[in-house]
Amino acid sequence: MTDKLITALVAVVGVPAVMIGYIWATEQVLRVFPGRWKPRIRPWLWVAPAIGFLGLFLVYPTIGTIYRSLRDAADSAFVGLDNYAWFFGNDGSLSALLNNVLWLVFLTIAVVGVGLLIAVLVDRVRYETVAKSVIFMPLAISMVAAGVIWLFMYQYRPPGAEQTGTLNAALGVFGVGPIAWIQVTDFRLNTLMLIIVMAWMWTGFGMVIISAALKGINPELLEAARVDGANEWQVFRRIMFPLLVPTLVVVSTTMIITALKAFDIVYTMTNGNLNTEVIANLMYKQMFSFGQYGRASAIAVILLLAIVPIMLFNISRFRAQEAVR
Amino acid sequence: MTRKPFALFAALMAMVLASCQSGSPSPAGSQAPGESQVPSGQEVTVIGTWTDAEQESFLAMVAPWEAETGNTVRYQGTRAINDILAAGIPTGVLPDLAGLPGPAQMAEYAAAGALKPLDDVLDIDTYQSETSSALVDLGMVDGTTYGIFIKASVKGLIWYNPTLHDYADDPPATWDDVLEQGAANQGDADALWCLGIESGDASGWPATDWIEEILLHQSGPDVYNQWWQGEVSWTDPEIRDAFETYMDVVDNAYGEGTNAVATKFDLAGDPLFTDPPGCEFFHQASFITGLGAFADATAGTDYNAFPFPAFNDEYATAVEGAGDLFGMFHDTEAAKSLMRYLVTAQAQDIWVQRGGALSPNSNATSYPDDISAIMGSMLTGAQDLVFDASDQMPTAMNAAFWSHMVSLTAGQETIDQALSALDEVRADAYAQ
Amino acid sequence: MSAVAPASQASPLSWAGRLRGRIGLHTILLLLMVIWAIPTIGLLLNSFRPAAEQTSSGWWTAIFPPYQFTFENYAHVLAQQGIGTNLLNSLFISIPSTVIPIFVAAFAAYAFSWMDFPGRNVLFVVVVGLLVVPLQATLIPILQLFATWGIAGTFLAVWLAHTGYGLPFAVYLLRNFMGSLPREVFESAYIDGASPVTAFFRLALPMTVPAIAALAIFQFLFVWNDLLVSLIYIGLVNPDNLPLPVSIANLVTSIGGGSEFLGAAAFLSMIIPLVVFFSLQRYFVRGIVGGSVKG
Repeated sequence: MTDKLITALVAVVGVPAVMIGYIWATEQVLRVFPGRWKPRIRPWLWVAPAIGFLGLFLVYPTIGTIYRSLRDAADSAFVGLDNYAWFFGNDGSLSALLNNVLWLVFLTIAVVGVGLLIAVLVDRVRYETVAKSVIFMPLAISMVAAGVIWLFMYQYRPPGAEQTGTLNAALGVFGVGPIAWIQVTDFRLNTLMLIIVMAWMWTGFGMVIISAALKGINPELLEAARVDGANEWQVFRRIMFPLLVPTLVVVSTTMIITALKAFDIVYTMTNGNLNTEVIANLMYKQMFSFGQYGRASAIAVILLLAIVPIMLFNISRFRAQEAVR
Repeated sequence: MTRKPFALFAALMAMVLASCQSGSPSPAGSQAPGESQVPSGQEVTVIGTWTDAEQESFLAMVAPWEAETGNTVRYQGTRAINDILAAGIPTGVLPDLAGLPGPAQMAEYAAAGALKPLDDVLDIDTYQSETSSALVDLGMVDGTTYGIFIKASVKGLIWYNPTLHDYADDPPATWDDVLEQGAANQGDADALWCLGIESGDASGWPATDWIEEILLHQSGPDVYNQWWQGEVSWTDPEIRDAFETYMDVVDNAYGEGTNAVATKFDLAGDPLFTDPPGCEFFHQASFITGLGAFADATAGTDYNAFPFPAFNDEYATAVEGAGDLFGMFHDTEAAKSLMRYLVTAQAQDIWVQRGGALSPNSNATSYPDDISAIMGSMLTGAQDLVFDASDQMPTAMNAAFWSHMVSLTAGQETIDQALSALDEVRADAYAQ
Repeated sequence: MSAVAPASQASPLSWAGRLRGRIGLHTILLLLMVIWAIPTIGLLLNSFRPAAEQTSSGWWTAIFPPYQFTFENYAHVLAQQGIGTNLLNSLFISIPSTVIPIFVAAFAAYAFSWMDFPGRNVLFVVVVGLLVVPLQATLIPILQLFATWGIAGTFLAVWLAHTGYGLPFAVYLLRNFMGSLPREVFESAYIDGASPVTAFFRLALPMTVPAIAALAIFQFLFVWNDLLVSLIYIGLVNPDNLPLPVSIANLVTSIGGGSEFLGAAAFLSMIIPLVVFFSLQRYFVRGIVGGSVKG
């Protein structure tokens, strides 16, 4: 127990000390170089620790994954693009891809839209911290508990029996029959219900980040506009929103990627049955349940390729940003 | 900043890292061959799927061994055992003993060379004479024993509430009897059957149990075994008949298909106990007695069971069982000793006595109540004992089976669609 | 922060209009808060009800008599074997796993935003793109590495792993905030002869505090609630080091019973992350940046 405590203390105090020491050390190293070399070398020294961690924990396994996706399940022979062909030829895969698109669109819109709305509104009330806490709390709850909560919310009992699920009980008040929310596949209702669960959890995430960005907007800019006669909506549209766009891009990109990787909710609530399957769940099954590492790796690579458009968009935004700076 | 604090810190970190590596205790001095003396003060690491109350039962089971040998069992329960072992097999990071997910996985781990053979560890002759042969065979791969069952259950029990009608003296013997007597005794019960197949990432398994029991009793153990081995097409008439019978059950179930897919399996039997009852009969394995409304009810007065009915005379005595397999990854002396202990009737009796478990060992008979005694004798006395079919299928086939049962029960697929889809999966899954 | 600025003569908004605006504002906010809170309140109420009640009637029935409230779910969770140790392990794991990535990311983010070097944008986008790498795809190769280095089962292994996993988002977020800081501030600092190191510690870092606070909240939260990473990197070798989520997951038995305790477990587990959230709230204040740029 005490050695755990010592280890943890050493880590908490030591690592920042090491990092600061590292930066100090790099400055000493840089002294050796002539003036014009310093700004060329320094950036690389500053990003080196991050690149090091990322290289080890993310890039190295990814290279392994790409390699593995070209091999068979037992890793004994090259099978070229067979695993990819399997994926696209599988009925389940295409249904999963469609679901991921639904996730991508609705989750991002919900989190960014509602997060932005709340961040802007909550800035103007005195109970700001309470409101933020209520919206944030679902994120603190953990996926397991969220699954339990929403299974209670969506619970179904046959018509005529007492409804134990919140939604069905509410419907009952209006005399509408119970709906098996996560079993109904018409219009992919069940997938939408699962997305709602995730949106409920992650809106707090968007709200916190957008709120932080909002606080960074110079209040004098807003005051000046109001004094000039702009109403709140114009202040928002002309001043706040443009300044928030980079942050909105960050939140959107993160949510799109989160939607592509959506796994826990689907796994615990439906396991992908009844047309709710998503790519990450497919990958998990292939890898851990069926031992099909080649196929699982192919799915992972497809995920990587799927985000390329978003990354290109991000690059173009940076270039635009810098042109203005 | 001078360089001293930096160097001092680096040294400190190095010391911390070194002390962090609390290496496993060094193994006891090598034993002379032939000596059966077990070293004491050792640790045996065990992983299993039992948590909470089941974990306590397992720990109670090993407590006498710990006391006798002076060793400790470090048990870690987790339901993510598939993930852990899937990561552990290729990397070699494994516990000494582990509860194995099923016979199919046991065969995989044995083929990978991770599981140790038990032929020299156990007293094989005693083990085989005490244990039902079906369960002995299931623990073998190519004639070598790799796994033992330390806990078992019987499937295919039909549960009912005696207050509606008491079948104890004259249980329905055939399927038609069940349907007729059920209709006659319905009273104000809503439906004939209770059914619930939701179960998180394993949703659909109670439905697969239904298919297995029906198939076993309609077409016999040979077809049953060929079926899970992948030698029979899913579209064959015998399989199709079993599915037809199952869909009849769904149509006569409380809340029908929609409710069945939306209701969790452990609560599916609750309508038996309501007033008026939601249903008359509930098909489930023996472990249901610890779950849902059963847990608060009394055996014999509030609920009772009779074995799955026959469809014909030929296969009337067939019984389907299931169990928890156990295997060894590291053959340390202490681990071997623990394995030997776990096979004994004395050990398995401890869990049987606590309830919720049966033993494959015919000498472990400390059943806590009459129902357990009946189930226990079904298990050890069965002439045609088969093991849960879906547990023996390749995982991909099993997962597809579960998933299609959900779609089928929900009315999203027809029987023919489900069967042809499953047959396609069969072509792929068994080829690996 | 006061609401709408006092209207000047030229403002088109009437007093009544502003009042309507205020009512609308509060209505929307309160409505959203209620919608968000209802599911959680449902779980909270259910966590105080016995198992049989939870499954047979909706949670709203608990607010009418007979109440049938009980602490037995909470007692069961707290009585779980090893829960105290697991709680401490969670702290030992979460705090360093939050502190380390923040530092590593801050330096990199500063370099990406305010230092010019070739390939900067492409490298940055690759870093962000790594967000999509599925965790499961890294488990076996990394476990292999940890086993070879002999650190499987230790806290160090998970600190390093969580740092690696958390860096893409951390760098992304911090770069965004640092990059939006006013250029003039840095330029005047350089003119005054400040080195990049000084600019980083004296200017960039203090002005990015809201973002760092946000990052700390999220990273702490994700690590606190993480199950799979600790289970795989620690669980196989050293079960004594396992964190709280493992205790919680184990409340449910292998055959599915015990889910009635999950509500109580979730609320007990939520206490510390909420404490972190509240204590970092004071960094979400206006004026940290605005105040440093004079008109």
